[in-house]
Amino acid sequence: MAKGKFFTELFGRSPVEPIQTHISICHDCATQLLPFVQAVYRDNWEEASKIQTSIVKLENEADDLQMSIRIHLPKSLFMPVPRSDLLDLLGTQDRIANRAKDIAGIMLGRQMAIPKQLQKPIVDYLKRSLAASAQAVKVIEELDELVGTGFAGREIKLMEKMITKLNGIESETDKIEIDIRSALFEIEKDLAPVDVMFLYKVIEWIGDLADIAQHVGQRLQLLLAR
Amino acid sequence: MSIIAEHANILLILACCFGLFMAWGVGANDVANAMGTSVGSKAITIKQAIVIAMIFEFAGAYLAGGDVTATIRKGIIDPAMLSDTPELLVYGMMSALLAAGTWLLIASLLGWPVSTTHSIVGAIVGFAVVGISVDAVNWSKVSTIVASWVVSPVLAGALSFALFKSVQKLILNTENPYKNAKKFIPGYIFLVGFMIAMVTLTKGLKHTDITLSFSDSIGIALLGGIATMLLGFVLISRVNHNPELEEQARFANVERIFAVLMIFTACSMAFAHGSNDVANAIGPLAAIISVINSGGEILQKSVLPIWVLALGGGGIVLGLATYGFKVIATIGRKITHLTPSRGFAAEMGAAATVVIASGTGLPISTTHTLVGAVLGVGLARGISALNMRMIRTIFASWVITLPAGAGLAIMFFFMFKGIFG
Repeated sequence: MAKGKFFTELFGRSPVEPIQTHISICHDCATQLLPFVQAVYRDNWEEASKIQTSIVKLENEADDLQMSIRIHLPKSLFMPVPRSDLLDLLGTQDRIANRAKDIAGIMLGRQMAIPKQLQKPIVDYLKRSLAASAQAVKVIEELDELVGTGFAGREIKLMEKMITKLNGIESETDKIEIDIRSALFEIEKDLAPVDVMFLYKVIEWIGDLADIAQHVGQRLQLLLAR
Repeated sequence: MSIIAEHANILLILACCFGLFMAWGVGANDVANAMGTSVGSKAITIKQAIVIAMIFEFAGAYLAGGDVTATIRKGIIDPAMLSDTPELLVYGMMSALLAAGTWLLIASLLGWPVSTTHSIVGAIVGFAVVGISVDAVNWSKVSTIVASWVVSPVLAGALSFALFKSVQKLILNTENPYKNAKKFIPGYIFLVGFMIAMVTLTKGLKHTDITLSFSDSIGIALLGGIATMLLGFVLISRVNHNPELEEQARFANVERIFAVLMIFTACSMAFAHGSNDVANAIGPLAAIISVINSGGEILQKSVLPIWVLALGGGGIVLGLATYGFKVIATIGRKITHLTPSRGFAAEMGAAATVVIASGTGLPISTTHTLVGAVLGVGLARGISALNMRMIRTIFASWVITLPAGAGLAIMFFFMFKGIFG
């Protein structure tokens, strides 16, 4: 019996699956922003509040999972990837959910009214940012194939292609952000100054979603480069 | 001499009982580790593992276990020192068996992984040094054995590393892994068949009157390898490409072909394990039997009686059937991330190392060798997480087992001396 236990304990718990689950939860949390924003546009604050609650719940779930993964990744675990790299990746992923929570929180808290001209552009902008986040999820999903091939050259090239695509989406969102900011600049004198500042903030934060997704890709590139 | 003549029967019966007890212990504890990678990677079911183990452990013990048995039986102690008091050898070997068996039992209850090989060797050296004299031990042989305990995991690791790298290069890292798997895996199967055949022919035929020249052996082994390869082709052709599986994991179908290969490596691992570990049980037993049968003369050249090897093999199979089932089930349930491509590399590296050791007559720990092999695959970035605390556990078990085995053996030795004079 002793030998059996010994041998099974040789194989530690692989962190790959939990990391994939984590980013999935973070992305789900962020995608809730779409129905949230629609509810805000319709002035349906009850609905918006409900969605914001579920966003907070998902963000907490992500935090709990992150803590659990950290605990189960002891220094004595020998992995094909450095432990610190994996934990950094996890931390970066988590920021997606944090940002989504921030956006929902501020929009609900201030009962933010989005100017009619900006409503559709902001939704499109949000969709593009979420596309970056979705691509980041795809890249992380590819991690188990990476381990499966033992970090074969072919698989690494495939992942690099996916990361390049992710960078492309993020560049797009940067351009869209510039357009929305100039659109806001045109009309800002007609709006309350404090509201305008927070509007700029929300626009910045939506861009962050794509930025953080791109950082996930960058962290992964560091992993692959070793 | 008179002591032996007086108590010949009871000593013989006791010796056979202890030997069987030891063999049962090897089957119950050890075999599960040997077969664990195959069951854990889902290449074979537990029932298939038990059947394979039964057949091939016995075959390995019977056909290739002779050299290691000879080492344990007469390689460690210098028999010349005992020519006046042959009964001491009998007491000593009996206490070695009893000590090792007891230590295995204690360790099992406490949950420690200890090596049967280390226990027996420690026990034998122990009683020899204290019960007879420090010069009674063949220290150069003992130091070779201890060196092999360090070398075997390292060698297994190197072999497994190389094997996994070759699998990566030839199959996993190619444009059409499935096609290349079907192309190259029969080659690996050939290697497995060739290895087993070579060992059997060079070591196993000593029991029979057939003598073959080395080139003859190679020729027949080549044929044996080709035969296994053909069997492999048949089994592989039965694997159908199931595109649905690839939605979950891109290499699912490739791994199914590796699973066929793992059936063969499981056989080789069982064979290798039987060849090396049967000696732990019957080496001392054979020493006792030869002294008793010759009426107290310690003959250097006495031949190992065939039925003793069969008794050892049978004991292992019995242990496997009664208790090993449970242990393999535990391992199979808990090792979840080992795919057949990894399992193959680790098991083949380990089996080859153990078989080489058996061929050179060196008793090594199959468990530690297998751990070395798994680490080799891990170094090739093939495994997602390995617990390095296990390495510390191995060293700790080393430090505890050798003195514990020696201490218990010394205790039993003086006990037998007191009982029988």
